[in-house]
Amino acid sequence: MINSSLKQLGDLLQAKKISSVELTQTFLTRISQYNPSINAYIALDEAKTLNQAKAADARIASGNAAALTGIPIAQKDIFCAKGWQTTCGSKMLANFIAPYDAHVITQFDAAGAVNLGKTNMDEFAMGSSNETSYFGGVKNPWSFDRVPGGSSGGSAAAVAARLCAAATGTDTGGSIRQPASLCGFTGLKPTYGVVSRYGMIAFASSLDQAGPMAKSAEDCALMMNVMAGFDERDSTSLNREKEDYTRDLNKPNLDLPLKGLKVGLPKEFFADGLDVSVGKVIDSAIAEYKKLGAEIVEISLPNTGLSIPVYYVLAPAEASSNLSRYDGVRYGHRAAEYTDLMDMYNKSRAEGFGAEVKRRILIGTYVLSAGYYDAYYLKAQQIRRLIAQDFVDAFKQCDVIMGPAAPSTAFKAGEKVDDPVAMYLQDIYTISTNLAGLPGMSVPAGFAQSDDGKQLPVGLQIIGNYFDEARMLNVAHQYQQVTDWHNRMPDLDKPNLVMPEGKV
Amino acid sequence: MALSIEDIKKVAHLARIEVSDSDAAATLTKLTGILGLIEQMQAVDTTGIEPMSHSQDLSQRLREDVVTKTNLRDEFQKNAPVLGNGSTEPAVAGGLYLVPKVIE
Repeated sequence: MINSSLKQLGDLLQAKKISSVELTQTFLTRISQYNPSINAYIALDEAKTLNQAKAADARIASGNAAALTGIPIAQKDIFCAKGWQTTCGSKMLANFIAPYDAHVITQFDAAGAVNLGKTNMDEFAMGSSNETSYFGGVKNPWSFDRVPGGSSGGSAAAVAARLCAAATGTDTGGSIRQPASLCGFTGLKPTYGVVSRYGMIAFASSLDQAGPMAKSAEDCALMMNVMAGFDERDSTSLNREKEDYTRDLNKPNLDLPLKGLKVGLPKEFFADGLDVSVGKVIDSAIAEYKKLGAEIVEISLPNTGLSIPVYYVLAPAEASSNLSRYDGVRYGHRAAEYTDLMDMYNKSRAEGFGAEVKRRILIGTYVLSAGYYDAYYLKAQQIRRLIAQDFVDAFKQCDVIMGPAAPSTAFKAGEKVDDPVAMYLQDIYTISTNLAGLPGMSVPAGFAQSDDGKQLPVGLQIIGNYFDEARMLNVAHQYQQVTDWHNRMPDLDKPNLVMPEGKV
Repeated sequence: MALSIEDIKKVAHLARIEVSDSDAAATLTKLTGILGLIEQMQAVDTTGIEPMSHSQDLSQRLREDVVTKTNLRDEFQKNAPVLGNGSTEPAVAGGLYLVPKVIE
């Protein structure tokens, strides 16, 4: 049951073969068994969770069920959920109980989904390994000595370890796709503006976007049907007609289901810096796409390398502004001892924020300060346009872009923690889509062997044009009809001693 | 543009984050590395390129001038921090938030 798709679970629930309470209890039991070692969840509240499951069972009994009614979903701790501890992985918010629901939470509640708990994350979503969390690192379920990626590392580990049916994440520079690659599941960052940011704790507002983290493309499509949609409380929410993201999944199954699909391979995504073993897995995934009828086009995204410097100006600049709200006055951490108001601000923020968050606030403050604004902030915004234009040109030649989602497989905990620049390079293939506002996915594409002989998951990234999520989901879904990588799950009692067999 | 300890202290002051001397030295090393990465931008000719602040060309939506939110003050004040300086009481009184005296 833990490896069943959302569709299968929905069918079982609606046929009353299982109840939501039973299903939820199954996951809660797994969580109590494995979370102490994996640390995927920050906050659990069994009573609240089971009450939602009971309500879902009543709704199913009354014949009013929707696709996700009764299905247990893990929520990244960046989403305010009324009455739940909502920390964003920070000491600053360690005691914060959300007084209202994020739009995403409201949507899942309306769908009758069950909130299993709040998942661990890098502090304020700043990190690529989950090691900046105030609540401790998260283990990669495939190999406990390695990181799950970040910032949505808790959701990633929860999905990979089957400690939830699916989870939510957010992606500012790769925080859904990089952990999806490192933990071996399917994650989608939608087009900027498709999912409301209301009640989602802000990091870099022009880049932040929430999306699904689940086993398969089909599961992601069902999650998107719940998460996406206009919300007037988010000033950048796009007022578009409601879409059914599953609509393209079941197009007639031809011999060549992707015949005519033009797949662009950007040469910059296969250059120096890509781990050879990861490159091989991506090559074999591309070969599979050719068999499905896709046509391969070589393209170039010449400004890819600049996406990291640009991001590390723009995201910290926006963060330094967004995080100025944490002043110890109305909520969040206040220093125990202080002299005057200025001292209270200085100490509360010095104590409440971790090292990486402080670094980014300082960088952001520096690049926005008098005398540096043009050289850094304006310059970065100009190059952002060049990066976005690269994609406009590329999509004249192809329908989707493919490449690796991350340059390596999961690295060891502690390996990059003292070297921020090395950590930042983890997001070399994902950041440019955030800057352009495009949708991107990571899809399980196989395993690569590490230096110490472990088999670790690799994700294929699929980047689409604006609002092309349904097509991307179909492109991923067709691949998942002929491969079983997305069904593989780690053996949590013997993490990564043998490569587990999956079932198609 | 090499950063100095004084720059770090100035920026930390602007950001209202206390840094000790030893913190400032460690921060200087890390921030110098990050700024080195950022410096790659300077090699790009961006003459005449319009800055892009946002991926969608949006203008701010207007809405009817009507009440949309209910009063959640009491709910919000439950999250008030502890007063500090020896007191473990929440830093609220009469619906207001308590801060150190700012006007003599």
